[in-house]
Amino acid sequence: MSPDPGGRRISARSQIVLLCGLVLLWCLLWGQFTVLSVVSGAILAVVISIVFYLPAIDLSGRINLWHTAVFLVRLIVDICRASIDVAWLVIDPRYQPSSAILAIALDTRSDLIMTWTAEAISLVPGSIVVDVDRQESVLYVHVINVKTGDDLDDFRASVFATEKRLVMAIGSPADVWRVNQPNELTRSARRGKN
Amino acid sequence: MTGEGIREIITVGLVLVSSLMCFAAGVGLMRFPDVLSRLHAATKPQILGLMAVTAAIAVNNATIGTFALLTAIIIFQALTAPITAHMVGRAAYRSDHLRRDLLIQDELSVSVDRVEQGNVATAPGGTPPEGPTQDDRPSGEQYS
Repeated sequence: MSPDPGGRRISARSQIVLLCGLVLLWCLLWGQFTVLSVVSGAILAVVISIVFYLPAIDLSGRINLWHTAVFLVRLIVDICRASIDVAWLVIDPRYQPSSAILAIALDTRSDLIMTWTAEAISLVPGSIVVDVDRQESVLYVHVINVKTGDDLDDFRASVFATEKRLVMAIGSPADVWRVNQPNELTRSARRGKN
Repeated sequence: MTGEGIREIITVGLVLVSSLMCFAAGVGLMRFPDVLSRLHAATKPQILGLMAVTAAIAVNNATIGTFALLTAIIIFQALTAPITAHMVGRAAYRSDHLRRDLLIQDELSVSVDRVEQGNVATAPGGTPPEGPTQDDRPSGEQYS
């Protein structure tokens, strides 16, 4: 997030990655990967990114394929497990509504990682991001079916684990360093700074 | 013949899973007590339901074109459903459409209070803030 000497080059590289994403999406929509669809997709992607200009996304420029795979597989497993949990909760006649809103201070300083973490924990049934504090990287998460303080701690730990998997997959080196520190250390330090 | 039969059975299983999930979402919408809990029921099991239905289609019609289109469908759903839930949840919290008695902990209200008090303390020229508006929470600054 801080401007560094290589910032312009990295930003150009993220532009290209995002353009490739658009082309891939175009091919997916057409359902074919022919020269025609790739070329038309590339032209369209350039036109779209010029006409519908958005602020550049700050990609970290680092990707670890193994950790990305771990993250995706774990996400799908979580979705399946938690969907069944929530579905059971709905049908279970003894269910007593009891939920909580937690403030969860993430380690990362990257908007992108924060967004993806919020997406990932929102996708997993049982938690919804109600509000976000971008300045301090705090997610306010509504959790369903929590009864005791231990449940809350478990949930917090699971969010941190999600964040860590994500940062290991696509986070910047600084974020990787941060998530590998003991939690209390980095978070309290950041609280002091803010 | 057997291959076709196995394919049929897998399809039936997947469609069944998906309809169960949609059913659960519908029941949850009726049963859960407040907006935030209902959002859980309404937006979440349907992701698994959608994945199951698309998997059933993919099993039955295994071409690259189908796979590509189904991948796009799942990606878009997975990206947009949480955002819908977030926007509705945020609006519900701000307009007080939730049962606070069912929350065992609410750390967002703590932050809101802290910010409001901070604004009172640092208000320039002693001008009082215009009441406890919820827009004063820090997330309101996200466009700065």
